[in-house]
Amino acid sequence: MTETDKAQVVLRLQNITKRFGPVTANEDVSFALHRGEVIALLGENGAGKTTLMNILFGQYTADEGSVELFGQPLPAGNPRAALDAGVGMVHQHFTLAGNLTVWENIVLGVDALSAASLRHAAAKARIRDLSERFHLKVDPDAKVGRLTVGERQRVEILKALYRDAKILILDEPTAVLTPQEADALFATLREAIASGLSVIFISHKLHEVMAISDRVLVLRHGRLVAERATADTNGEELAALMVGAEVSAPSISPATPGAPLLSLRDVTTPGAGSAPGLARVALDLRAGQITGLAGVSGNGQAALSDLISGLIAPSSGTITLHGQAPQGWSPRAAIANGVARIPEDRHKTGTIADFDLTENAILETYATRFSQRGWMNWKKARAFAESLIKGYDIRCPGPDIRIRLLSGGNMQKLILGRVLEGAPDIILANQPVRGLDIGAVNYVHEQLAKARDRGAAVLLISEDLDEIMRLSDVIHVISEGRLSPEFARGTMRPEDLGRWMAGEGFDKDMTDAA
Amino acid sequence: MRLEPIAAPSLGRRVLPPALAIAATFVVAALLAMIAGGNPFAVFGLILKGAFGSKFAILETLNSATPLIFTGLAIAVAFRAKLWNIGAEAQLYAGAVITVVLGTGALSLPAPLMLALCAISAMLAGALILLGPALLKTRLGVDEVVTTLLLNFIFLLFVSYLLEGPLKDPMGMGWPKSARLLPEARLPRIVEGLRLHWGFALALFAALAVWVINTRTTLGYEMRAVGQNAEAAGFAGIPVTKVILKTALLSGGLAGLAGFSEVSGLKGSLTLDLSPGFGYTGIVVAMLALLHPLGVVVAALFVAAIFVGADSMSRAAGVPSYLADIMLASALLFMVLAILLTKFRLRRD
Repeated sequence: MTETDKAQVVLRLQNITKRFGPVTANEDVSFALHRGEVIALLGENGAGKTTLMNILFGQYTADEGSVELFGQPLPAGNPRAALDAGVGMVHQHFTLAGNLTVWENIVLGVDALSAASLRHAAAKARIRDLSERFHLKVDPDAKVGRLTVGERQRVEILKALYRDAKILILDEPTAVLTPQEADALFATLREAIASGLSVIFISHKLHEVMAISDRVLVLRHGRLVAERATADTNGEELAALMVGAEVSAPSISPATPGAPLLSLRDVTTPGAGSAPGLARVALDLRAGQITGLAGVSGNGQAALSDLISGLIAPSSGTITLHGQAPQGWSPRAAIANGVARIPEDRHKTGTIADFDLTENAILETYATRFSQRGWMNWKKARAFAESLIKGYDIRCPGPDIRIRLLSGGNMQKLILGRVLEGAPDIILANQPVRGLDIGAVNYVHEQLAKARDRGAAVLLISEDLDEIMRLSDVIHVISEGRLSPEFARGTMRPEDLGRWMAGEGFDKDMTDAA
Repeated sequence: MRLEPIAAPSLGRRVLPPALAIAATFVVAALLAMIAGGNPFAVFGLILKGAFGSKFAILETLNSATPLIFTGLAIAVAFRAKLWNIGAEAQLYAGAVITVVLGTGALSLPAPLMLALCAISAMLAGALILLGPALLKTRLGVDEVVTTLLLNFIFLLFVSYLLEGPLKDPMGMGWPKSARLLPEARLPRIVEGLRLHWGFALALFAALAVWVINTRTTLGYEMRAVGQNAEAAGFAGIPVTKVILKTALLSGGLAGLAGFSEVSGLKGSLTLDLSPGFGYTGIVVAMLALLHPLGVVVAALFVAAIFVGADSMSRAAGVPSYLADIMLASALLFMVLAILLTKFRLRRD
């Protein structure tokens, strides 16, 4: 602390309180950020991290308390003032226009567009310069809609740097990144700190917090419960502080695999936009086994997930479920064949935001279980929702609450409950813990392990290699739509998988197959 | 000034803005009435009297509300599923045309059968008119706002051709007008001697039916799911395309009933001025009702009362009856604003 105490305070939050109706999102939060410092803001979903940052950024107005930037009080509720004072925020959900190019997105809102078009060479030169200096590799002329998630995040950071941000706020920046991309991000952040920027880093990945931050602030239920110098703490302590109790990751015992329940043979699917389809993929999902799918984002995970979800059919090759080819392939056919699907995007694909919990709970089964001859049985549906709330520990006021008011973790628990309730024997989990807090992550993993132990075949798609290696009994790597051979648990080191993720090893394999 | 979303709006927050919207509408109308040289209180009094002041006035208002209930329901059903049906006008005329074709002597049936046949055919005709744009939307991604809107003009020209040609009344002295419906094809009055016809009762029944469909049936659930988030609905296995087509059939059918009810209940024959834009006013009605089927009845009565009342007010006070159009337009604008304010809070920078 002695070193930072001497440094200039660039940001001071004092006694911030923010309420949404009966919910208190932040209560009496105070802290200061110094020049060249990285503060990690740690807390479970719903702990009030994002709200606090939105107040700082001027999106929300605090009910009580004040924000001071470089010694000047920040006028409440004005993002422009925060921007002008040098605060740049990279939101969890990006705010980019997909139909514009990278440089257009960056200058948008800074320069008048007419002026920008006159000086667009200068703007591009500046962007190239920034992207080189901060290791943010991205083509200024590329259309944002064609970029990968990692590249989009780089654009967001460039946007902030282009506006001469002195304080960078990153909201769950690694939630959407692969390990490699996360490492690149950290290199960028170190560069930024070295040139005098200050960073607020919001995350619940403890090892990242430990790796990048100088100080850690822990939020729980909207209150600042602890502040630690990163050097003086460790992951276990932080995890305990975050959830208010000791947590332990579920231990995964070895599996006893059975017969393949879902098999793909020589399956090819068309690509969608810049995302590749599958190329002659062979895959067996066995009973009582978790199959992990590792890979860099955008290498065909979406195609495989869509295929198993029933959203797309193979353009060639065969899909076999329980030893039989399914009659027609659609989401309904997948559900009817006992495939439980946890989609990648729980907000857009998994739930309907303005539907209440009951209506979301029956989304897949209303036709078969909660209606008769076209008439809904709402009483039964509500009872089902109540049983899910109890059985899957969904924290909410009741089955009538609109789903958009739930935290990500509780939303995911609802989806888990919805798809696991019928004891399905094939489970597709696509990024099931992305953006969740540790408590919820462990819960989801426990449920998947439990399903495996009762004999289900689980396909876990994740860009988090730690997660894949911890949970999976066997691992495949996907790269440009091609699938690696099956690797048994413990036979591969992260570096080995990393080479496959980078596309090595496939060529020989493909020629062998051909 | 900017908008801040409200996570869980309170009851007051949901009720107060719409009430203020109606109040603001009257303030605007009052100002305009003053500019036109009338005393606003007298003007509102006359509108009220014109709409509800006598038995005759009330029945006139109910009759005027009838086609608006049908088209309002048609729009509400479609919009709830995010199917932007702007073509209720064409669907209404399709219902009217088929009623005239069947009801002017092509068939000879007893009254109940004839009426049922005409009503069902009108629904089918309206449904078919919307099915085209709906298929283009689901198959080829063609924007239904454009196709349904433009179809209105095409269909009106088609009706014009019919009234000059095959459907022209030989006894009509050259006017573009169909022959009169047989008595068996006329909707009787609810009470003998009073001008209110059974079309109004049918409209109320339709509103009730749509409400039941929305809240109690799988189709209602599916339509809302598709409207709220088609991607999630499709992922969960809801047959999105089928649901959109079913929505189109229901919506077009309701608009077709408006045509049947107007011809069979009120006019007795088809002319080109059968609908003074009921299909478009239905959009206002549906929006004012926040797409709720029972709200549609209330909104249609409100709109009809303003029109009927303004007509008689203008004769008595000399303030132009265009005031009704302005009231309607400002009610819609204020309501759109009010809906925003139920979900967002206004913040001063």
